[in-house]
Amino acid sequence: MVPLQWYLILAAALFCVGLYGLLARRNAIAVLMSIELMLNAVSVNLIAFWRYTESNTVTGQVFAAFVYVVAAAEVAVGLAIIIAIWRTKNTVVLEEIDLLKG
Amino acid sequence: MSTLLNLAWFIPVLPFLAFVAVALFAYKSQKLSHSLVIGGIAAALVLAQIVFWTAVLLPVGGGEHAYQSHVSIPWLPAGREFAEISIWIDPATTVMLFMVPMVCLMIFIYSVGYMNFGTDEEDPRYSRFFAYIALFATGMLGMVVFNNLLTFFIFWEIMGTCSYLLIGFWYEKKYPDPNKITPKQAGLKAFLVTKVGDLFFMMGLVLLYSQVGSLAYEDIFAAETLHHLVETPFLGTTMATAVALLLFGGTVGKSAQFPLHVWLPDAMEGPTPVSALIHAATMVSAGVFLVVRAFPIFQVAAPVMVGGIPFVALIGVITALGASFIAIAQDDVKGVLAFSTISQLGYMVAALGIGAYVAGTFHLITHAFFKALLFLSSGSVIHGMEHGHHHAHAHAHHDAHHDDHHEEPWFNANDMMNMGGLRTRMPRTFWAFLAGGLALSGFPLITSGFWSKDEILAQAYTLEHGAFQAVFWILAAAAAITAFYTARQLCLTFLGEPRTEAARHAPESVPSMTTPLLILAFFAITLGWAGIPEEFPIIGGIIPNWFHHFVQSTIEAGHGAEGHTALRVLGHLSEGAEATHSNVPLFVGLSVALGGLGAGWLVYGWKPLKAGEMDRVEAALRKIGLGWLYKALENRLYFDTLYRWTIIQGTLLWADGSYWFDSHIVDGAINGAAWVGRNLSAIASWLDANIVDAFVNLVGRVGRVVSEFGDVFDLKVVDGLVNGVGVLIKALGDLFRPIQTGRVQDYLLMASVTMLALMTVFFVAVQILQIW
Amino acid sequence: MTQQILFFVFGAIVLGAGVAVVTVRNIFHAALWLLLAFFGVAGLYVLLEAPFFAAVQLFVYMGAIGVLIIFAVMLTQGIMKEKQLPFNEQWWMAGLMAVLLLAVMVYVIRQLPAVTPQALQWDSIDLLGMAFVHPQGFVLPFELASVLLVAALLGAVTIARER
Repeated sequence: MVPLQWYLILAAALFCVGLYGLLARRNAIAVLMSIELMLNAVSVNLIAFWRYTESNTVTGQVFAAFVYVVAAAEVAVGLAIIIAIWRTKNTVVLEEIDLLKG
Repeated sequence: MSTLLNLAWFIPVLPFLAFVAVALFAYKSQKLSHSLVIGGIAAALVLAQIVFWTAVLLPVGGGEHAYQSHVSIPWLPAGREFAEISIWIDPATTVMLFMVPMVCLMIFIYSVGYMNFGTDEEDPRYSRFFAYIALFATGMLGMVVFNNLLTFFIFWEIMGTCSYLLIGFWYEKKYPDPNKITPKQAGLKAFLVTKVGDLFFMMGLVLLYSQVGSLAYEDIFAAETLHHLVETPFLGTTMATAVALLLFGGTVGKSAQFPLHVWLPDAMEGPTPVSALIHAATMVSAGVFLVVRAFPIFQVAAPVMVGGIPFVALIGVITALGASFIAIAQDDVKGVLAFSTISQLGYMVAALGIGAYVAGTFHLITHAFFKALLFLSSGSVIHGMEHGHHHAHAHAHHDAHHDDHHEEPWFNANDMMNMGGLRTRMPRTFWAFLAGGLALSGFPLITSGFWSKDEILAQAYTLEHGAFQAVFWILAAAAAITAFYTARQLCLTFLGEPRTEAARHAPESVPSMTTPLLILAFFAITLGWAGIPEEFPIIGGIIPNWFHHFVQSTIEAGHGAEGHTALRVLGHLSEGAEATHSNVPLFVGLSVALGGLGAGWLVYGWKPLKAGEMDRVEAALRKIGLGWLYKALENRLYFDTLYRWTIIQGTLLWADGSYWFDSHIVDGAINGAAWVGRNLSAIASWLDANIVDAFVNLVGRVGRVVSEFGDVFDLKVVDGLVNGVGVLIKALGDLFRPIQTGRVQDYLLMASVTMLALMTVFFVAVQILQIW
Repeated sequence: MTQQILFFVFGAIVLGAGVAVVTVRNIFHAALWLLLAFFGVAGLYVLLEAPFFAAVQLFVYMGAIGVLIIFAVMLTQGIMKEKQLPFNEQWWMAGLMAVLLLAVMVYVIRQLPAVTPQALQWDSIDLLGMAFVHPQGFVLPFELASVLLVAALLGAVTIARER
């Protein structure tokens, strides 16, 4: 069987790829996709830990399921925000969206 | 039979459903909104009454001291366990279930009449008001019926939020006097000040959970747990003491005890039904109820003695006496009641502090009824004054034939100096106010306030430990002053001649306001008869002292026989409560109540105040050169000023200091780094252009004969290297300079850098620890 | 052995597609790569004997979320013909961060002891279904999650509605 560490390292790598996209992409939708990659990495982690250490309880799976819920909610709201910004500012480039600047 | 107790599950749910329905769907119709909310609380009242009578007749759960539902709902996953929620009915809960929905229902009905005044048909805030008070009632009822301190805390905080929303309900209101606190500020103040106490409460919960691993009552009040808490040392004292003191911090905040009492008088800025709700049925009772609830822990806690008086009792008596003094000098009709609430809460806390559990609970219940009554009556008076003012004003306006819209001068309808003679104008309000006032001052034999105060005084007296005598006499003094200011308030408001046009034209309030007053007045009088001590001369024993037996069983049976022995061994203070009834406290109680009322009547009622006349007490104090004392009382002994100059100014100074640090030092460092970076890159390019290039050119000149290779090397590697250094340093400067760009990704980058740094520090620390 | 080969296949799909998602210039292509990455993760779930999640991954992520993202890409038109660099100016710092973080995590993961998984005793879908609706299980969080979803969808509609 595949060692647990392999899954963890794969998830870590996927997470870091996502982190890179989150920090470096200019397009807001691409940033959202990167966040999805990160969430997927977390889910893989949860499921792997569940399978290898807690396979007789369901807690790990339940948490992974909640990650899905949060991910779905996050995508819905995130994309809605992006579309709203696109309407008003006609851009999805994050550098041009600096409303947080005081 | 005991299955009927399971109905308690639905008691908090019903007002909550009303809240949801109004907030989401019904808010467009005022009638539907208030019908839903009143219907919700009325249904809760019916259920609560069923639970109450079931619990009383069985008693509770059929021979058991406390009933816990077999059904428990797991609701919060915590590691491999679940926080579970269930209902818990014991005598203390039962009597609260009698009081809370009843008083709430009266207040809600009253609100219909009260809020309809001066709001137009389309005002959406009318429905919002009812939604808020429904949620408020949910908070209180949920706090009472459920079986653990965690949900207790959650519902407690729901009430905190509602109090903020309701005290600041008229948030747009501004006063001509800039020093007078506005509703918006008052709401914020109440929220923040009570949060100070809540923080202690939460720390107490955390500490308790760390020791017990559960916050359910059956676990934390079990004999073994209490033993464990007593035997675990903590910071020089026992764990039980630490937990009790921290929980008491929550009470100090919520029940407005000294020194966190400052929020309560300003909470008067909310609509009057809210004041009644906060001061009688819900919020402040919650604080006292916390001590009642956690009383087993307080019992086993080694009492922290300050000058021979337990700390809890000390806070109680300071509050009781201080607040009653301040109440003498208040001119605001609700201000007097606010300080009287603080004072009466001090009474309850003092009672609980000396171990008089039953007496404290009894006073909590009776006080809720008569204080709700007083607040609602004062609201009726204020309404009458406002109506009268409008009426008088419209009259004058008409006479003067002014054509332009006249700007109304600000009129303080709350000021008792503007009232007088309202007895004939508002008879029903007067009689209701009188009943409440007499109960508050402890008018002997007939009013409920007398019996509950008498029980507290009696228990304070029977505890023969020297210093407790001081508690007794201070409480007696506070009772005398209470009677005095109540008489003052009654006389100033209702007796004599009207001192303003507004008072002359004040009409009686609508029936939807006066009917609840009469029902509350009934309870304010009769409720005390459930707790007449059997040893009382002549009339004692005609009606059994039901309350005492019933509520006493909470602690007696509460921990099982073994647990109780444990408590005895540890020596708890309420042992003396079983001592014989002495007549001394009875006579003291009688004489302070009658004496205070009589003195008040002599000063204010004998020759009523004329318009423009100075307050008698103030005049008398001025005559003997103590005018400053009255001034100090009028200004609430300058606590607000003290806090403004210490805590608020301190916080502002700190904020200013941080801002200065940020804008000068941090920004300076960043700009400095950028400046250094720019200059370094300039130096690097200068080096590149002059020294290195010269050198390279020299090499190139020499090597040109050999091949073109040197040129390539120069161009690609050396220049690249040199420029690279410059670019890197410039980039570092650029990285820090625009640190506040408003771009999410920049912030995220900083967050991840920080996270990485912390992780590194953590692992290095772990490695170092392992080597050690 | 077969498992290890499959792991490498799916792992390569996930990582390769993931890298493509964050690097390709054309945002529409990035979305398609994202779907491939989701597919690879679903394969990993199959290897982990979590069939429910493999299915959910296909339905929810590849189906719902993927389509949603492609919709958004098409709604915010004009960006598909992006000529400029897809990265902002802090890209190198971001890359450095990602590499360092990966190094730290790999370091930590390598410290972990080896674990041998037990064989599954129950059907994990059965157990999960029970856990969601059983009163002693996660029924309240489950219901709350549905409330969260409804609230998020309502919020999304409100935000994105044309005014």
